[in-house]
Amino acid sequence: MGSYIPSTQKEREEMLNAIGLDNINQLYDGIPSQVLLHRELNIPSGKSEMEVRAEMSAMAAKNTVFPHIFRGAGAYNHYIPSIVKYVSAKEEFVTAYTPYQAEISQGVLQSIFEYQTEMCELTGMDVSNASVYDGATAAAEAVGMCRERKRQVALVSATTNPDVIEVIKTYCHGANATVEIVPEKDGVTDMEALKSMLCETSACFYVQQPNYYGIFEDCEALGEITHASGAKYIMGCNPIALGIMKSPGECGADVATAEGQPLGMSLAFGGPYLGIMACTTAMMRKMPGRIVGETVDADGQRCYVLTLQAREQHIRREKASSNICSNQALCALTATVYLAAMGPDGLKNVASQCISKAHYAAKEIASVKGFELKYGGEFFNEFVTTCPICPDKLMGELEKKGILGGLPFEKDGEKLILWCVTEMNSKADIDMLVNTIKEVAE
Amino acid sequence: MELVFELSKEGRGCDLLPSCDVPETAISEKFARVSAPRLPQLSETDISRHYTKLASRTFGVNKGFYPLGSCTMKYNPRINEEVAGLPGFTGIHPLQPEHTVQGCLEVMAKAEEYLCEITGMDAMTFQPAAGAHGEFTGVMLIKAYHEKRGDIKRTKIIVPDSAHGTNPATAVMAGYKVINVPSDPEGGIDIEKLKAVVDDQVAGLMLTNPNTVGIFDKNILEITRIIKDAGGLCYYDGANLNAVMGNVRPGDMGFDVVHLNLHKTFSTPHGGGGPGSGAVGCKKELEEFLPKPCMGKCGEGYGMCCDRENSIGKVKAFYGNFLVVVKALAYILTLGKEGIPEASKMAVLNANYMMQQLSDTYEAAYKGRCMHEFVLTLEKLHHETGVSALDIAKGLLDEGIHPPTMYFPLIVHEALMVEPTETEGKDTIDNVVAIFKKVYNEAMSNPEAMHEKPVKTVIRRPDEVRAAREPVLRYNFD
Repeated sequence: MGSYIPSTQKEREEMLNAIGLDNINQLYDGIPSQVLLHRELNIPSGKSEMEVRAEMSAMAAKNTVFPHIFRGAGAYNHYIPSIVKYVSAKEEFVTAYTPYQAEISQGVLQSIFEYQTEMCELTGMDVSNASVYDGATAAAEAVGMCRERKRQVALVSATTNPDVIEVIKTYCHGANATVEIVPEKDGVTDMEALKSMLCETSACFYVQQPNYYGIFEDCEALGEITHASGAKYIMGCNPIALGIMKSPGECGADVATAEGQPLGMSLAFGGPYLGIMACTTAMMRKMPGRIVGETVDADGQRCYVLTLQAREQHIRREKASSNICSNQALCALTATVYLAAMGPDGLKNVASQCISKAHYAAKEIASVKGFELKYGGEFFNEFVTTCPICPDKLMGELEKKGILGGLPFEKDGEKLILWCVTEMNSKADIDMLVNTIKEVAE
Repeated sequence: MELVFELSKEGRGCDLLPSCDVPETAISEKFARVSAPRLPQLSETDISRHYTKLASRTFGVNKGFYPLGSCTMKYNPRINEEVAGLPGFTGIHPLQPEHTVQGCLEVMAKAEEYLCEITGMDAMTFQPAAGAHGEFTGVMLIKAYHEKRGDIKRTKIIVPDSAHGTNPATAVMAGYKVINVPSDPEGGIDIEKLKAVVDDQVAGLMLTNPNTVGIFDKNILEITRIIKDAGGLCYYDGANLNAVMGNVRPGDMGFDVVHLNLHKTFSTPHGGGGPGSGAVGCKKELEEFLPKPCMGKCGEGYGMCCDRENSIGKVKAFYGNFLVVVKALAYILTLGKEGIPEASKMAVLNANYMMQQLSDTYEAAYKGRCMHEFVLTLEKLHHETGVSALDIAKGLLDEGIHPPTMYFPLIVHEALMVEPTETEGKDTIDNVVAIFKKVYNEAMSNPEAMHEKPVKTVIRRPDEVRAAREPVLRYNFD
């Protein structure tokens, strides 16, 4: 059995003696016997480190690690620089708590301040929080920020990632607020429908850019339409695309959210990821989550602290707008180091390679009979094609070559595939993908 | 010290990607960014040194004693980090076909099985990313349960006045009105006052046991019975499970739903604030409401299904902080059926020993046996010398230890809440006790000097009022 208890048997006895006990079980004397578990737990016996490593490794080995990934849909395969993993594995960062004691937490606090700055730069917004759980909860929290007494209805575009819509719905159901889905037309938000749905009870409109199908929405126009009704405008983004794409700030958003996973976090079967949230100064005091601010110490030296805490649950209790009391600090650090390693040119390069390779792949896949681009709009690193054959059969053949193909889905009875291409997919990879599709299809 | 932006030099960078091997496609002007983000331009040397310096200005539990009450800062074993870094876990896309993720599903199924046994629950979800997120999920299960029965008159959630602030905030997020119940002089729930507020509008009760003053509420069966008799459900906040795991199970205390903080009780690290995992377990009658998808044993292997029609929906994209669950499973496998209950007993022994060793100097807010943590009150010291709990905490910083939780729970004046955890040895506790006493003696002999502390840390006390009044929340590049 493994154990992380340093005290020896002798020391344990000394401690027991000091508190007047002779048996460790007496510590629970005050607990009613009916609730004590008078048996062993029905779980395996403890194991040595070597056995645990073997058992966990055996489980990891049952998974298939695809060397070639053409699937995104909310989780993206990007290059993670070595320095990112090295920094985010530093024991001090890994094993610290939330930085309540600023004097011995300047490292975490400053890294969050740097993160907040980078997020403001990426999104073009004024203020960022220290992060929330993931992109989907960031969207749900953003919707919560926009609700007012007479504006309780959240409008969400049908072109949003389905998981994000689900999470927004769950949070809104909690708050007894309503969600309405704005229909899509030709793979983008139906603007006429949005105009007709917005009214004096609308709290906000949420759109994802690029949307779930990879297509760029006309976010400036959507923002103008939304604001004309007095509702708030939320944009959910892909942070890599922000290397080249018009930022939420430039599109007039009130709140910007993003799934931060592409910024140096591994796919990891869906988590931990990073929820990015930034907003205008006007919305600042409605933003949930930790926020780090600059100040000075008793000697006048620049330093950082958790601030604007009057918004939060430990002070406001039932009057707080959210119960969140943590952030994804280590993931935020990961993103910060990723962006430092990439720099402005590197990020732009990643984004440019994504869009270039996705367009190359789209053109090649669309050259196979029956595989047509479903939508005409301009896209980033994802696109939808039709699929004239059984998608499972296609995916099975791709799998044999170590390729995780695009995500098959059905819409109005039509078989479609959502493909994703990033800087990780070389031209040779893409050609192998296309050749395999050809072999299966023809 | 300098910010990463102040180190930036135009033209510096790291060479990370090969050049593009396909024809270039440019984004059209309509969608193109106008102003470039001002990200830092640094060499890898710059980055490595900068973050090494920041790490040196960060205090983690692997660096030193961290008795932060209510936070369970136990040692974070390296093996857990190592197995969570296996490419067979990190390289898995969440939307891969089921037959290619059998290992991931096995991890979650095993973790569910063991944690259900430890909590006395029947089913579990790992979607919630943190304790507060688990609270929200758990209370939404309670809401779904009443809604399905058409019992819509239940609009209230009962929360003790000693509760963590997330409890009332959670109840409101789930659309409930919060009814606070006062504590009795022993720190437990005042039964008579509880009875007085319970009626057929109560949806449920949120409680942690041991409670936030570190005492096991021995009336627990009566408390949960009162709620159940009124048609409500009982929610167990797993914040303090480290006191009793493997010895007492929430399910046997009458609780219907529980959240665990895997980053506390099951030793996955806190990461400076996250990522954590707020796994939620529940009894059979609530299982149909758990978040989608349902994951578990399926024929010979493991599978996922989305047809849980009464589910509260999703609370997070995909399935939760998977790698955190990997670490928790490695921890459970290491400790096993012997080590899990032993860890709790040692956490309780360490806390009682430390409280006893301090008792000739510091005043415990509640006398008698504590569980895994105890609360000191410095009200008398504050009254006599003007030295506050904050001053003592800052004094401890100069001695190289992380202070206890300050000013919590709110029902104790000048509170310091101490949780040593089981991963500290007797020698460490003896040293720390000596330091606590030394700081107390300094407070008595030179109270004025205490307001100046700390003096040995990289910064001195920050001006928090200024931070809030004139918020500077980002670097301005001017």
